Amino acid sequence: MSSIVMPQPDERILSRAPQIVAALRQALPDDAVISDLVETRAYECDALTAYRCPPLAVVLPRSTAEVAAAMRVCADMGVPVVPRGAGTSLAGGALPTADCVVIGTMRLNSFLEIDTQNRFARVQTGVTNLSVSAELEPLGFFYAPDPSSQLACTIAGNIAMNSGGAHCLKYGVTTNNLMGATVVLTTGEVIELGGPEMGPQGLDLLGLLCGSEGQLGIVTEAVLKILPRPEGARPVLIGFDDAEVAGECVARIIRSGILPVAIEYMDEPCLRAVEAFARAGYPKCAAVLIVEVEGSAQEISDQIARIRAIADALNPVEFRESRNADEALAIWKGRKSAFGAMGVLGDYICLDGTVPVGQLPFTLRRIGELSRHHGLEVANVFHAGDGNMHPLILFNANEPGQLERAEAFGGDILRLCVEVGGCLTGEHGVGIEKRDLMSTQYGPDDLAIQMEVKDVFDPQWLLNPAKVFPLDASQPFRERVA
Amino acid sequence: MDSMSDLAPVDEAELAAILRDRCAARDPVWIKGGGTRIAPRRDAVLDLTRLSGVVTYEPGEMTLIARAGTSLTQIREMLAAEGQALAFDPPDVRGMTGRGGESTIGGVVAANASGPRRLFAGACRDHLLGVRFVDGQGRRLKNGGRVMKNVTGLDLSKLLAGSFGTLGVLTEVALKTLPAAHDQATLQFDAPTEADALALFCAALATPFEVSGAAWHGGTAWLRIEGLPAQLTYRRDRLLALLDRKGAQVLDAAATATRWQDLRDVHHFQGAMPLWRLLVKPTDAPRIADALRGLGGDLSLDWGGGLIWYAGPAAPADLRELVPHATLIRPAGLTASIFPAPAGPVARLSQGLRRSFDPAGILNPGLMDG
Repeated sequence: MSSIVMPQPDERILSRAPQIVAALRQALPDDAVISDLVETRAYECDALTAYRCPPLAVVLPRSTAEVAAAMRVCADMGVPVVPRGAGTSLAGGALPTADCVVIGTMRLNSFLEIDTQNRFARVQTGVTNLSVSAELEPLGFFYAPDPSSQLACTIAGNIAMNSGGAHCLKYGVTTNNLMGATVVLTTGEVIELGGPEMGPQGLDLLGLLCGSEGQLGIVTEAVLKILPRPEGARPVLIGFDDAEVAGECVARIIRSGILPVAIEYMDEPCLRAVEAFARAGYPKCAAVLIVEVEGSAQEISDQIARIRAIADALNPVEFRESRNADEALAIWKGRKSAFGAMGVLGDYICLDGTVPVGQLPFTLRRIGELSRHHGLEVANVFHAGDGNMHPLILFNANEPGQLERAEAFGGDILRLCVEVGGCLTGEHGVGIEKRDLMSTQYGPDDLAIQMEVKDVFDPQWLLNPAKVFPLDASQPFRERVA
Repeated sequence: MDSMSDLAPVDEAELAAILRDRCAARDPVWIKGGGTRIAPRRDAVLDLTRLSGVVTYEPGEMTLIARAGTSLTQIREMLAAEGQALAFDPPDVRGMTGRGGESTIGGVVAANASGPRRLFAGACRDHLLGVRFVDGQGRRLKNGGRVMKNVTGLDLSKLLAGSFGTLGVLTEVALKTLPAAHDQATLQFDAPTEADALALFCAALATPFEVSGAAWHGGTAWLRIEGLPAQLTYRRDRLLALLDRKGAQVLDAAATATRWQDLRDVHHFQGAMPLWRLLVKPTDAPRIADALRGLGGDLSLDWGGGLIWYAGPAAPADLRELVPHATLIRPAGLTASIFPAPAGPVARLSQGLRRSFDPAGILNPGLMDG
């Protein structure tokens, strides 16, 4: 039914399943190893639910030492390892294979140290993203990256995928907020990269590790940069009857020297869906921007006045300012329910390409044309300030052939993103979903050097194999060690 | 052209041809941008200054793409004309290294060079969107791109930043630009000891007032604030009230610019003494400062205490016992390695990466091996 192919599981591994499970049980506490099919099925997929496969076994360690012990067993027996945080990847980053052991981080859930003097938090990486900021709130601090799955997703997954969020226009993504990591290598060795110092010192292995999608090692502890909470934040809503003018407004705001924490964009199909679902009271128009600024009350008023002056010159349909917390919530309500609203309309694929901000109007127009060509509806809701688009392609999974059509449409959009100077994925990662499109963005040598880097960390190609790199490109590496 | 710079490619293709030849012959090169940072060794000098020019600058997209040999001064001026800047404010290192030359943007990225604003805005690598480079086999490679959010494949751009040419020769860099501060001011305090300075820094940096510089030298501490006019007044007043120190002074925008340029370029430690750069956990700075003083010389703090500049006669082994990662910025006659050697599995990984990018070991050989 679905079009992304995974390699056949290795029979030599499957035939040794009982011995592998026994070796894991010997190396780890009893309750840390799951091999019963009823239970392993809970780990058969992540948020890319069209692809499923129960693993050979699941290991849920409670410490770095236990992760290292599990990794040693797998390396000794030549068993692939799929690292898993909360399983919220939209790209299939945590999809198991039948011959793999899933090493999950969810029991690594302790806060180890919070140091407001030096402005860092040291955590085990199974803690959820939101729980970090919750833990910091009484101290007046927060952790900036805020992916929309933040209630569930773990810091381990955030580091593996270099997650972003709505506020990264100002605060950057995970790699800009990660100071250090404790990493288990495939050898079972444990290394410390970075720390409370403002590194890097020597080669930036931490920067390489962040966003490496579980290809290089498993991060069990992290040192996170923490920031003082802003005094306040307020959004404004600006409606335009022309999508290109909305794009121009984004560019002018950025040029003006104001740096909002977020600039979100919703197009007409998205607005229609959101209105039907959440009744957010948004204007009926071609495009809506939500712009959020931070600071003291006076700082916020000053910045909003400047944004109003910029918007007014472009004849908006509406400029709505929130005067209190309730009105601020009302402005965010539609945006935050956008994905839910789309879910009511049917199944959807959420894409994640980034384009240069100046190419947004052209890209949107072209996506509209592609939508008519493929006969599938698309809605756009995205982080406009940084050009990270999230086109949602609507389809009906029960109708044969629709998933494949939606995937083909998605492929066209991502190729378009690359053509206009952007990239395949801004924050979701490559996983299996975009694996075979990598060669549209990178030439053979560009991919080869990345695979050679993986080779240095994982010479047996055991970590999350058959992901990130196109299968035909990675085949020589994978077969050499098989 | 003198014999020290007989390799001066005009474009990436010529550079790739040179490196393919040198790789086949296992003949090393010493990579030189503006020549401001590190003295070339005996090996052939690979001069990149002819690989220059801005490829594209889009202020509305906050994006700059420039060839590696483009002068930093030219880029600063071009950005300033649009009210923008490189937020990590790379230093002019000539006073620190005691060398001449003219910094290039490729050199800035290869050194991951970041000024006092690193505290607030992040390092050079945090503003790097993508790179083009040629590796030690002469392969022409790219990584990242020109957009602000990009998680497509392994992030080799970060790895190249700060690798000092040991993994590849940068030919083109894409950087995020940001609006320059509308207005700025500096709060200046008496702080006789490093411990006094740290108390000020920790208090100020725990506020939401976006302090963009926190430095100390010779009994005086400085905090820089920035923003729109209303923001600046508000932040100044709130910080002065919070820190409640007698004799605090406020420097205006012009004085602030001069003060922080001097601090950025470590103007206070020009001269004949070796100069070292030490990265530490900020609250460890007073203890380490005491130990350094025991070894002779003088020191200053930046990055809220996280960066110690030490100018003095201490023996390299003593310094690296105190701070293992101590980096020698101005040798001033010392023969010690610039960077310490990595150890353990990290050393194995670093060497493995070097072999992947540069199997014949021809790019700045020995520079990062301790």
